[in-house]
Formats: sequence, C-alpha cells, structure tokens
Amino acid sequence: MWLFDRDLWIEVFHTLGKNMFRTFLTMLGVIFAMIILILLLGSANGMSNGFDKVFAGTASNSLFVWGQSTSEPYKGFERGRRIRYKIEDAGILKREIPEIEVLAPRIELGSHRSVVTVYRNGQTSGSSVYGDYPEIDNITKKRLVEGRFLNNNDIENSKKVCVIGEETYKLLFDKGEKAIGEDIRINGVFFSIVGIYKPNKNINIDGENAVFIPFTTFQKAFNSGDRMGWMAIAVEPNTKVSVVEKKIKDILKVKYDIHPDDQRAIGSFDMSEIFNNISAFTNVLKGFSFFVGIFTLLAGVIAISNILLITVKERTKEIGVRRALGATPRVVKRQIVVEAIVLTAFAGLIGFAISVGILAGLDAKWGSGEDFPFVKPMVSITQFSVSFLLMVSLSLLIGLIPANRAIKVRPIEALREE
Amino acid sequence: MGSNSLHVLKGINFKAEDGELVAIMGSSGSGKSTLLNILGMLDVADTGEYTLDGVPIKDLSETKAAQYRNKFLGFIFQSFNLINYKSALENVALPLYYQKVGRKERQEKAMSYLEKVGLKEWASHLPSELSGGQKQRVAIARAMAAEPKVLLADEPTGALDSTTSYEVMDLIQKINDEGNTILVVTHEEDIAHMCKRIVHLKDGVIVEDKKIKQVRAQQHV
Repeated sequence: MWLFDRDLWIEVFHTLGKNMFRTFLTMLGVIFAMIILILLLGSANGMSNGFDKVFAGTASNSLFVWGQSTSEPYKGFERGRRIRYKIEDAGILKREIPEIEVLAPRIELGSHRSVVTVYRNGQTSGSSVYGDYPEIDNITKKRLVEGRFLNNNDIENSKKVCVIGEETYKLLFDKGEKAIGEDIRINGVFFSIVGIYKPNKNINIDGENAVFIPFTTFQKAFNSGDRMGWMAIAVEPNTKVSVVEKKIKDILKVKYDIHPDDQRAIGSFDMSEIFNNISAFTNVLKGFSFFVGIFTLLAGVIAISNILLITVKERTKEIGVRRALGATPRVVKRQIVVEAIVLTAFAGLIGFAISVGILAGLDAKWGSGEDFPFVKPMVSITQFSVSFLLMVSLSLLIGLIPANRAIKVRPIEALREE
Repeated sequence: MGSNSLHVLKGINFKAEDGELVAIMGSSGSGKSTLLNILGMLDVADTGEYTLDGVPIKDLSETKAAQYRNKFLGFIFQSFNLINYKSALENVALPLYYQKVGRKERQEKAMSYLEKVGLKEWASHLPSELSGGQKQRVAIARAMAAEPKVLLADEPTGALDSTTSYEVMDLIQKINDEGNTILVVTHEEDIAHMCKRIVHLKDGVIVEDKKIKQVRAQQHV
C-alpha cells in the first residue's frame, strides 16, 4: 500500500520542500478556497443556530385557535355571529383528537389585545391580562428573569398570583426594586407577583406588556364563567399540524353550528409553517454556501494542478533520469499524484485552521447578541469531512493531468544534452 | 520531434562479450549516441534485433523497458545527471529504490559503492557541493548500485578536465577489471585508448572495429 511507503513520502516532501516559496504560493488558492467554504458553511450554520436560539422554547409543532365572527349564515343564524368557546371544548378536543399532545386554554380580560389598567402604589401600567394554564409553558416557554411561572397548585387552589412581563415591571416598579411577593391590583382584585419574565422580541404572541394569572383564578375574579378565549395546542411530533387543525375546526364547526365552508369563523395560526420556512431558508443558504465553496475549491485545485504541470516541465530532466534508472511510468505518475494530494490536503488543513479561527472570533464578537441571529458559527464534523474528502478526490483526479504529462516524457528527450 | 524520420544508423552489426571495455568513437553525427540510446533501451531501432544477456529486447512497454533498464543497465552521462536536491548517498540508492530494495539494505549497499569510488566521506553532501570529478564518481557508483549487466557511459569525461578525466577512466578500468562489461562513447582518442576495443562509427556504419592494447589511466594520474 503506497500510503505506508515511507520512501514515497520522503521523495514527495523532498520535491515539495526544495522550493518552499513556490509550494506555498501554489497552495494559496486552495487555502483561500477552504477559508471561503468553511466561512460560508459556518455562517450558514451560525444563522441556523441563531434562529434556533430565537425560537428556543417555542414548540415548532404547534398551533393557536381562537374564535372570530361567522361569515356565512347557517341553521337560522345570521352571519357576523361571534364565536365564543367554552372551557369544556378543551376536554372534548383532547378526547376526540389523540394527536393533540398539549392543549392550553387561555382567556383574556377584555377583547383581544385590549389593555387593562394595572395599579400598584399609585403607579399604573396598561397591560394585557391573561388567564392561563401552566401547560402554556410547554408551547411558548416564558424566559423567567426572576421567580417562577404559574403551576398546578395555583390552578387547583385558584391562587391570586401573577407572572408579569419585564415591561410591566418597569412601569410599576422603580429600577432594582423587589417585585416578587408584592401585590398589584387589576379591576379591584389584588394579585401577588410570583415571577417576572422577559418577552421574546422575535416571536411575540402575548404582546409586550402582559400579566398572567391562573385560569381558575381568572374565572372567579372576573366572573368569566365557562368562557374560553383561545387555545394553544402542541401536536405530536410526527403529525402534521394542518391535519390536526382541520380536525379541530371540524369538531368546533359542528358544535357551534358554523357553516362547513365558513373560512372566517375560527381563527387559527400554524406555527410550524414559520419553522418550515426558516429551515427551508437556512437549508438553501447552506446548500448555496456548499456550492460556491466547492467550486472555489475546484478552482484552487486546478491552480495546483497547473503549477504541477509547470514543475513537470521543469523537472523533465529529473524525470528522465529517474526513468533511465528504472522508474516505471506508474511510479512517476504516483509521485506526481501524491504531490497534488499532499499539497491540496495540507493547504486545505491550513485554510481550515484559519477559517475556524475566524469563525471563533466572529462567535466571540456577535455570537451572544440577542437581536442578530448568529450563534456558534461552526462547521460540523460531517460537513468538514465531506468537503475535505471531496477536495482530496478532486486533487487526485486533477493531479492525473500533470502526472500523465510526466509519463509522456521520454527518457531520451529528457537526457538530450542542451 | 519532427514528422520527417532521419535514418541515423544504417546497418550496425555489433556484439560485445562479457567483461569487455569497448570505446565507441566517431565524430558528431556519426550515430554513436543513437547507438547507445538503442542499447540503453532509451530509443528503439526501426528494424533489427537486439539481444541482451540472451533476452530479446523488442516491443517493450514503457514499464517493461524501465524494469529492464533497472536490471540490466547502468547509465553514466556526460553531465552526470545527479538529482540535485538529493545527497550523494540518496542518488546512489535511487536505482535500488526502484528495485524495491528495503531502505536499510539500500543505504548500506549505496554506501559500499560510494566507498568503492572513494567518496564515503561525501555521502551526505549535495551534488552542488561536489567537484565535477566527484559528481561523475557518484554517477558511476549510482550506475553500479543496481549491479547491471552492462554499464553505458555517454561521454563520461566530456565535461571534465584531463586530470579528472584520467581519474574517472582509472575508476572505469578498475570496475572493468572486476569483470563488468562497459561501453564508453567518446570522441577523445586518449580516452578511447584506455579501453580494450575501439569501434569507429562514421555516417551510421561501423568503419573500424579493432582490439587494442589498453593504456592504463593510472600512468597519467
């Protein structure tokens, strides 16, 4: 096996080492190509990781369902009738549709996105107030800055507790003031703060300024009875959200006497669509990076082959001597090909080291930023191996060009005296 | 190469016995180098037969030719043709490398041949650090390293001054004394007379082929 032929390697490094400067210049093309490839791939990965971070805690396979007004008259009802769900619907849907993993009912004080004044010690905040189940945290995770989120104990005992957003905190409290355990007043009812969360600016479903209280507490405090505003639903991983969405709508349409073709009565939002769009985007980006990188690499390898072609010409005499001393065409060919591979592989590794350094620098500078989706820009082992293997195979193929030129050198021509 | 073929050799009938030291002489254009190239399997004759050590040499593939060259022939060139980035020892070891001789054995063998040409102390030197005579002695050691049947020397003293030329011829004579067959192409009378037989070429034919009394180069050193 030539790979372990020590003498071959000595020969190869001898020839490459005798003109270090040119060897280095030869490698530059591949070094730059590798840098470009790895930087592009790494940045695409960084962007993909950045999006992941933005959506961390949001169940990708989820949807939201709320009631709107009918757009078709049906069964004696006029159009424009407002659809209001009841809390029992949550149980029915969960029972009827096994693909539903989590279903979190929610009710909102006032109409959708309306604002209620929240008081504390003379300070006020116009906030959205929601009655929620702890399950909502499995669908859109609240990033808590302090304290905890609502729990089952709060629901069972209808505790008068609340979780507030950072915006609300800023309006109701002075900077640095302790908020956990403090009371705030909503519509004349006092709630004790148990947690403060930081809203995710990139996907905001609840509004900037929101207060969450237990669903059961909401029912008692604000007399909402069995009403339910909307539902956040997480679907089993292998089920399509759109399929479940249809099932839910069908059940609700029957229950609330909605015309089967009414598109407007039930509002819904499929979260998975956004995720699919984003992953499609990052995949295209990765594919494009790979495409551009590989062709740059090809150009680099061709440059190496070109230089080897020139060195073959320069080494005509040497090759002739070797042939006269008994080097078979195969031996000559092998040496040139191995030279091409060694140059490429070595240059590739240098380029790789440099680009990894640059990526690490980029990560240190921007990786922890909140607003720009660029986190851990690195290449995976697979990506690296694939590009490296591809590069080496290319150099092997293209190295054959100078190698074949070398064996066309007839010893007699090489040895002819000038 | 042009498309016009030129017949340089016009009928050569030549036979060298084991242990001979033959000078091939002739003015430039007489075809002596072409003859040597054919003998060295570096070139092919259009017609005719060539038998080396009982083996017919014809229709050789490049690979086969390389193997035969390695096994049967040792080359000594006018301009030495040492590989300039390899040490004297590595140069001598090169034919053995192509014979796939193991590294250690190769080094030892190469060293013993360097010793034979009196350059043991110069083993690790590059050709650029050697004088012309030393280079040619390294080249001779290289030609002998593979223990070939025949040594082919193309103007071995062509690039050397007369003192050094005699030193090199002295070495060639000593190698011949040990029983090696050597063909020397030269156009220098004094060099030719240090061989045992002179073949005169003119316009592609042998005009004279005579055995002579060898002049020992030792006397001139």
